This record gives sequence, structure tokens and C-alpha cells, in this order.
Amino acid sequence: MSLLLENIRKNYREPDGRPLPVLAIERFALDRGEQSVLVGASGGGKTTLLNVIAGITLPDEGRVTVDDNDLTAMPEPVRDRFRAERIGFVFQTFNLLSAFTALENVLLGMSFSGTRADRSRGVELLKRVDLAHRLDHRPGQLSVGEQQRVAVARALANQPSLLLADEPTANVDVANQQNILELLRNTCSENNVALLLVTHSTDVAGQFDRIEPLDSFNRPASGEAP
Amino acid sequence: MNLFAIAIKSVRQRAVASSLTSLSVALGVMLMVIVLVANGMVERMFKQTATGYDLIIGPKGSELELVLTSVYRLGVAGEPLPYRFYRELIEDKSTRIRDAVPLTMGDVTQQGGFPILGTTPEYFTLPYMYEADGTARKFRIRTRSRDGQHTGEGLIRNPFDAAIGATVADRNGWDVGSRLKLVHGGSDGHVHDEEFTVTGVLDATGTPNDRTVFVHIEGFYMISGHEKPLEEALERERKFFGNISQDSAKAFAREEASGHGPVPEAQKEVTAILVNMKGNEVGEQVLAESRLRSRLNEGVQAQAVKPLTQIDRLMQNLVGPIRTLIVVLTSLIIAVSGIGIFVSIYNSMADRKKEIAIMRALGARRQTVLCVILAESTVLCVTGGVLGFLLAHTLVLIAAPTIAGYGLVINPWTFSWGELVLLPVLITLASLVGFVPGMTAYRTDVARTLSD
Repeated sequence: MSLLLENIRKNYREPDGRPLPVLAIERFALDRGEQSVLVGASGGGKTTLLNVIAGITLPDEGRVTVDDNDLTAMPEPVRDRFRAERIGFVFQTFNLLSAFTALENVLLGMSFSGTRADRSRGVELLKRVDLAHRLDHRPGQLSVGEQQRVAVARALANQPSLLLADEPTANVDVANQQNILELLRNTCSENNVALLLVTHSTDVAGQFDRIEPLDSFNRPASGEAP
Repeated sequence: MNLFAIAIKSVRQRAVASSLTSLSVALGVMLMVIVLVANGMVERMFKQTATGYDLIIGPKGSELELVLTSVYRLGVAGEPLPYRFYRELIEDKSTRIRDAVPLTMGDVTQQGGFPILGTTPEYFTLPYMYEADGTARKFRIRTRSRDGQHTGEGLIRNPFDAAIGATVADRNGWDVGSRLKLVHGGSDGHVHDEEFTVTGVLDATGTPNDRTVFVHIEGFYMISGHEKPLEEALERERKFFGNISQDSAKAFAREEASGHGPVPEAQKEVTAILVNMKGNEVGEQVLAESRLRSRLNEGVQAQAVKPLTQIDRLMQNLVGPIRTLIVVLTSLIIAVSGIGIFVSIYNSMADRKKEIAIMRALGARRQTVLCVILAESTVLCVTGGVLGFLLAHTLVLIAAPTIAGYGLVINPWTFSWGELVLLPVLITLASLVGFVPGMTAYRTDVARTLSD
């Protein structure tokens, strides 16, 4: 199993100090190579969930297991290294580093995993997303669609087993939306990578076989996991 | 991609701010290096040049002034000693003097105003300085002498022979065979009629000898106006020694009779005498030196000074405090530059929080982003440091010929040990100024920053 969430609870704090429940998930699982889309309204906790899965944020309770490794039990530096090695992340706003070229952004993704940044693999990844002619371009010199493709290549740089995509098509035009989705789905299929994509768009969600409305398994309002 | 590559990327992204920040460090380091180089060179030059002789004997007065005029050709010489004093000194075997080289000075060259030093050929047979390891450095000439030698021995054998230092030759375009005239010292600026002929050009020594013209002391005395009026000379001799020598009495009689003849001893004077003591053992030399100093310094005629002691005092009393002050000031400049780096990086942190958060989301550890910021401040500091180091030595290189004209011969690539200390100092400074912004990066809340 690639991803397993068990009894996850995550609260934020209201300005007056009262707890604000965001996540209350009893169980959620994703097999290796499986592709799933989480659908939910804005403010529903989608991004928080992805941050918890990636180990960026720790849940208040519960266990996050990726490839049978319990992220919640890991010390932070180990969790950071694990994230670099096993989890790819595609952000809504791409989050490319503006000082770095397309290739360097991909290589940067490799740098934190503890393995040597492999330039030839970086070039290969960018070729796969049709950016072989844009290796030395900085993000500011790329179109929006090209930037998101660089972000996809970067997320795949360390051959992760799980790829998290947070509204990856929200900031791209309709023509590019389809390209990005196909790219994500195809590259994940080719590499047997589990894909968890969150979106509020029903059009995007409609293209996936497994659609999970977030509120079907996340019930923070009830105060306890369903 | 290593931390430094990431840091350099970030520095390059803010090229203008980074350049200005590094430049401020460079200026501070440049000033510091110039101070260190100049200080080291001045100290080495003064000390090494002063080590060539055990004692300098001269008229009563300022000890330091005697050293500065006789060894460094700086300042104006005091009332000279009678030549008879010099003769009696070398004839007195109890003094245990091995070498005693008389010097007369006061005139300058008509072209270029270089100091004239009247001396004996023996001047060129003695080492003009000793290296720190004790190696004696002797004069060499640029072209072979008539004897086929490169050494300075045999120069100024005739009264109107002259040997010139390397700087004099280069500045005035003089070579063997060139003829020169002397301008009388003092305010009258009278040009003497007598001409001297250059018979040798010395190799550069890195000492004040390079800007000196050496003439035979007898030739110096034979220049009209250089001899003391006989009556005045006899009066001085009587006061100085309490009697008049036979030679002086004869000279007086001869002048009364005809008014012609060689310059009598009474009319000759020496500005200073460079002395080396006899003795195979150091202790023996020191004892002889000490006895001679006591004898002369307790008397009323002359004084004997140890040049190195005077230079040490000069360094401690004058140059030392100035050096300390300049080092403190330049340290402050570097510290201010460090604050500049701190402000530059700290201000950039607000814009770079997202960048840091992205790196953390990609798996960078907190320590990694802290190190990226520290590497960035190190890059700025060390780049500024290296630039400052190169700027300083280039400036010294450019200024060296001009400074050499004033008697301070500087090797622009001479390395001061103090400069080695600059590197760890700069890295420490970089760590200090990079730490606070680095901790801001360390504490970045990834989830919150990415969602902002």
C-alpha cells in the first residue's frame, strides 16, 4: 500500500483560542500506482490534508503511513529526507524558484534527497514533458503551462512512490489543463506512482475513476472521525 | 546542486544589492590589507636596513635623527664631527672597531634632488643589511666592473668617481659615464662647478641606497665651499679636542704662506661613522660595543647609537600607535560592511520566505536552509575579501614606484601574516551576520508560507 491514513485529527486555533477542527479522517488508503482525486470546496482542508500526508504538517492525532513507513513517528529531519525521496509535490502556484533555470529547478528537487543530482535524468524528465528546448529558461521566461510542466518534472525527479498534486490545473488555461492532467496521469502510470490530486473542479475530477469527495471521509465538524 | 551553488544563485539573483554589499566588504579589506602591507614593509625595511651596522657614531643630539639621516637619508644632518675624531677613533686599537665607514652628506643632485653621500670605497664592501635568517646582503652592480666583478667592491676609487643607486639611474636615465653636478645643501641652492662621473650603477637593494648618489669622500671635500674655513676649523678643533693637531698647524702655516694645497684634516668633517665591532663571539662583540657606547655617550664630543634600538623605539612610539589606530578603524569599516551584509540578507528574507518554504517542501531540512543563508553571507564576505585583497595589492603595485621615490621600496606581492588572519575573520563575520536571517529561514512555517 502506498498511502494509509488512520485516525487523523488536525485542529487549528481560532483567534479566541478555541480549537478549529480541520481534519478528522478514520481511514484513507491508496495503493501503489493507484490514481485518486479528492474533491472538496475551498477551505475544506484539502491543502492541509496534503501537507499532513507529505509530512510538512503533523496531525494532532493519528498515523500517516507511506510505503509502510510511519511519517508521524519520524523525527523531522528524517521526515524531510523521506519526503524528498518518496513524495512528489505539484503545487497550485507551481512554486518554481525564479533564480533557477527549468533544469536547475528539477535538479534542486534531487539535491535534498541525499543522492547526487543527476543532470541527465533532469534533462530526460524535461524531455518527457516536452521542454527539451527550455532547459536553460528561467520560470519568468516560460509560459504558465510550461511552468507547471517543469513542476511536474521536478515532482518526479526522485522517482517517488506517491505524487501529491494540489489543484495543479487551477492556474492554467483550459487547453493546458488537459495537457497537465494527461501528463500527470501518464507519467504516474508509466512509473507506477500513486497519484492523489485534489481539486474543486468537477470537470477535472470527472476524468478519474476513483473520485473521493473530501467530506465523505473527513468529518471534522462532528468532532470525531466517522 | 550543493549549498554553495544554491547560495550563489540567490546572490546572483540580487546582483546589484549583492555587488554593493561585497564592495563594501572589499573596501574595508582593501584598507586593512594596505595597512598591513605598508606596516610590514616599513617595519621590515627600517629594521633590516638598520641591521647592517652595529653602531652609528655621530654628533651629540637626537639619537633617532642620527639614524634617520645616516641610514635612511631622511631629515637634515646636525653639526658634523671633525675628521680628526674619525681618524683618532680608527687609530685607537682599544675600541676594537673592525669597520668604520665615514659619511658626509648634505648636498643633493642637480637633477632629481637625490641625496649625495660622501664615503669611502669600504662602504660597498660591507653588507648593507641582514635578512631575518642572518643572510648578509652585499651590494652588487648592474653591469660588470672593470675587474669583471658584479660586486660593489672597487667602486668610487678616484675622488670624482660616483656610484648611483638603481632608482637614481632609472629616474635620471644615468648610466656608467654619465656626469653629474651637486647642489649645495641648505637654502642657497648653489650648484657646485665640480663634476663627478658615474663609474657604477648599483643593483636595486630595496633600501634608501637605491635613491642615493655615492661619491668619494675626498672628492666631496675637494668641492669648493665644502671645506670649513681654516680659522673657523682650527677654532672648532681647539674647542672640540682642547688642542690643535700637527697637521692642522702645518696647514695653517701653509695657507699663511701660499693659500694652496690639499684640504687639511682640520677642514674636513664627517656627518656620521658606520661602525662594526671586532669579535668572533657575539658576546665579545656586544661587550666591545657596550664599552664604546659608554665611552662616547659619557663624553661630550659624540654619541654612539644602536640603529636597531632606535628603529624599535620609533616603531613602538610612533608607528605602533598609528598602526593600531588604523587597524581599529579598518576593523570598524569591515564590521560596518558586515552589518551591511546582515541588513541586505535580512531584508531579502521577507521576499525569500516562499523560496525557503518551497525548498523545505521539496525535502530540504531546516539545517539545510540555515546553511544556505550562511553560505550566502560567506560568499558575499569572502568574495568581498578576495576582491579587497586583489585591489589592495594592485594599488600597492601601482603606488610602489612612486613610494620608492621617497625611499620606501615596497614589494607589492609581499604577503603579511595578518592577511591570513583575514580569511577566518571574514568567515566568522559571515557566520555572525548570516545567523539571524539564517534562523528566520530555519523557523519558516512551511505550510503557512506556502498557503499565503
